[in-house]
Amino acid sequence: MSKAFKFGQAVRELRIHLCQSSPTSAGVRKFIEQSYVGLKQANPNVPILVREASNVQPKIWARYEFGKEAHLPLANMTETQVKAALEKLAKPAGFWCRGYSTGIFSLDSSVGLNDEQKEIHSMATKFAREQMKPYMAEWDKNEHFPVDVLRQAAELGFGAIYCSPDFGGTGLTRLDASVIFEALSEGCVSTSAYISIHNMCAWMIDEFGNEQQKKYWLPKLSTMETFASYCLTEPANGSDASSLKTSARRQGDYYILNGTKSFISGGGHSGLYLVMCRTGDVDSGAKGISCIMVEKGTPGLHFGKKESKVGWNSQPTCQVIFDECKVPVSNLIGNEGQGFSIAMKGLNGGRVNIASCSLGAAQGSINTCIDYMHTRKQFGNSLAQFQHLQFKLADMATDLMASRLMVRNAAISLENKHTDLVTLCSMAKVFATEKCFNICNEALQIHGGYGYLKDYPVQQYLRDSRVHMILEGTNEIMRLIVSRHLLFSA
Amino acid sequence: MPLRILVGCKRAIDYAVKVRNHFISETKFNLNNAKIQVKSDFSGVVTEGVKHALNPFDEIAMEEAVRLKEKKLASEVIAVSCGPAQSQDVLRTALALGADKAVHVEVPGKEYETLQPIHVSKILAKLAEQEKVDLIILGKQAIDDDCNQTGQMTAAVLNWPQATFASKLQITDGDKEATCEREIDGGLETIKIKLPAVITADLRLNTPRYATLPNIMKAKKKPLKKISPKDLGVDISPRQEIVRVAEPPKRQGGGKVSSSEELTERIKKLGVV
Repeated sequence: MSKAFKFGQAVRELRIHLCQSSPTSAGVRKFIEQSYVGLKQANPNVPILVREASNVQPKIWARYEFGKEAHLPLANMTETQVKAALEKLAKPAGFWCRGYSTGIFSLDSSVGLNDEQKEIHSMATKFAREQMKPYMAEWDKNEHFPVDVLRQAAELGFGAIYCSPDFGGTGLTRLDASVIFEALSEGCVSTSAYISIHNMCAWMIDEFGNEQQKKYWLPKLSTMETFASYCLTEPANGSDASSLKTSARRQGDYYILNGTKSFISGGGHSGLYLVMCRTGDVDSGAKGISCIMVEKGTPGLHFGKKESKVGWNSQPTCQVIFDECKVPVSNLIGNEGQGFSIAMKGLNGGRVNIASCSLGAAQGSINTCIDYMHTRKQFGNSLAQFQHLQFKLADMATDLMASRLMVRNAAISLENKHTDLVTLCSMAKVFATEKCFNICNEALQIHGGYGYLKDYPVQQYLRDSRVHMILEGTNEIMRLIVSRHLLFSA
Repeated sequence: MPLRILVGCKRAIDYAVKVRNHFISETKFNLNNAKIQVKSDFSGVVTEGVKHALNPFDEIAMEEAVRLKEKKLASEVIAVSCGPAQSQDVLRTALALGADKAVHVEVPGKEYETLQPIHVSKILAKLAEQEKVDLIILGKQAIDDDCNQTGQMTAAVLNWPQATFASKLQITDGDKEATCEREIDGGLETIKIKLPAVITADLRLNTPRYATLPNIMKAKKKPLKKISPKDLGVDISPRQEIVRVAEPPKRQGGGKVSSSEELTERIKKLGVV
């Protein structure tokens, strides 16, 4: 017996059954005739058959991995619905077995991706190699925010990767985004991490904003003409985010904001701030929080001094201070009281993104290690000949591999809105950020004294990825989320 | 009438892949930074598991063609690649960079090992006739075998004029002529050739763009045709035999000299001057 149709899984075979006498079939047939060649071409390894008979129920039949079968009856579906279903099927979130893609990820971060993802990966890698890596140390040293490079990246579509294309988004999947952030991070972790935060903000507007807000902001955000910042943390409220104090008092058609946000990436440079603030009573908890956009230049919006940080130096961080800051009510995203939920949903993606940036740092560290182990000689042998270091390197690569699997699995869960996505994203973030930081640390150790010098990139990968264990929800909070799921969820 | 342009796209080992010394490669870590390694039977280099990309000179050729199209001087840009199934990867890159359609001339792995410029030039010539192109732009050479022959041979097969190592290209006199600047010893040479013609791109012709994400996604909707050399009536039986591929000799450490006299003495000893 066939089971319900599922999307986002690896389709190994597809059959479309049409009925000669059914009126639905006629419209569907027309659509399939038009898209059939495209479908075939995009999926050379998947047998696709269209069958037409007089006595069959029109349906789409698919065989997944491990021989599972499912079908979708077409009897009461419109042409548009069928089109949507087929497109959803062909969406590369799962492993719609294309080209030589096997769906098995490996040491080379492009293995297991489909053809488009490989192309995206190769472009992002090239961009990182040519436009970021050569400057990464300089940006770090001079604490330079590379606006030009960010805008160049945005021109290529990195500004709003998983926003819908309606208002300038690129319309890719979370997995695509993860692959991109991983590739870019090898060039500069800090800069890629900023791009990922910007993407998270853009998505929040794309997902929860109204048409007007999307129409106005997304074109600016996708080109990075305007940079965006996410403002949740306060000096006194970090992990305990739901008790935040920044208030938004309603006064006619305006909100009057008061309070301070801290550790704001892009603070001072960004043109748009997504501020989680309390529109409810002081003790209203998470339910009293709203998400309000504040534009740079709004009277009453001030910035603290630029923080001096261990890493992440290519992006400015500062306090964002609201002193009777007056913004129009139309700047509210979603509804009053929805802010905390919006903030957390944004963070789920943010966690996968940040974890992806850690993967890039670890990959970069391992790559430099391999070079170093071949060239550095001690006791008459290259380091590559010492078993202790060989084993260490093997462990590092194994940890990276495990991290990558966790992160990509979480990215796919996010794309498919899996029921466990919050837990999967949290687990991926804890695991990947910690393992990858350790990989950078071990890589530094392998480099010995040279690793401690700023002439070698390993220390920067280490410094830049250290903060990934703290932000987008500390790893302690991630553990809290996972344990709550295990112990107390119904 | 705007031009129809054929651009050669060879799949070559990525330029960023480093060369690995054969003797220390026993422990083989094939991460993203896989390295070039001579095969143990000295028949070639290991290509399995090594990152490949569009040959950089072909990328420049493609960029030039796309720029001509953007200037409305070209009507269609056709990318062509000869090689095994994986060659479609570079065709996808070419389509994402702006080619309108792609032709994959499938040459299976074993036969591809002995595919030479003479074969490729005949294939390109046939395709040029079939597609009625006015201009063929190729990279001056591929960075794997460094042959630097395909462009010249293609022009010869077609009996078309050629401008090799172009560092500047202008379509002049309506679209009947191309003016090319070439970098030669001690300066620049400017030549004018009649179209149809073959042009090979040098490094400084342009700086290729990055394919944008939307264009990468759009590329899959562009037509990609697969044919075989047989369909074109081109015989690809080998004309050459590769005797041995070896690594360059290991670099010897240098020495310091204390004076110019000593330097000349040392050079004389080496028999260089």
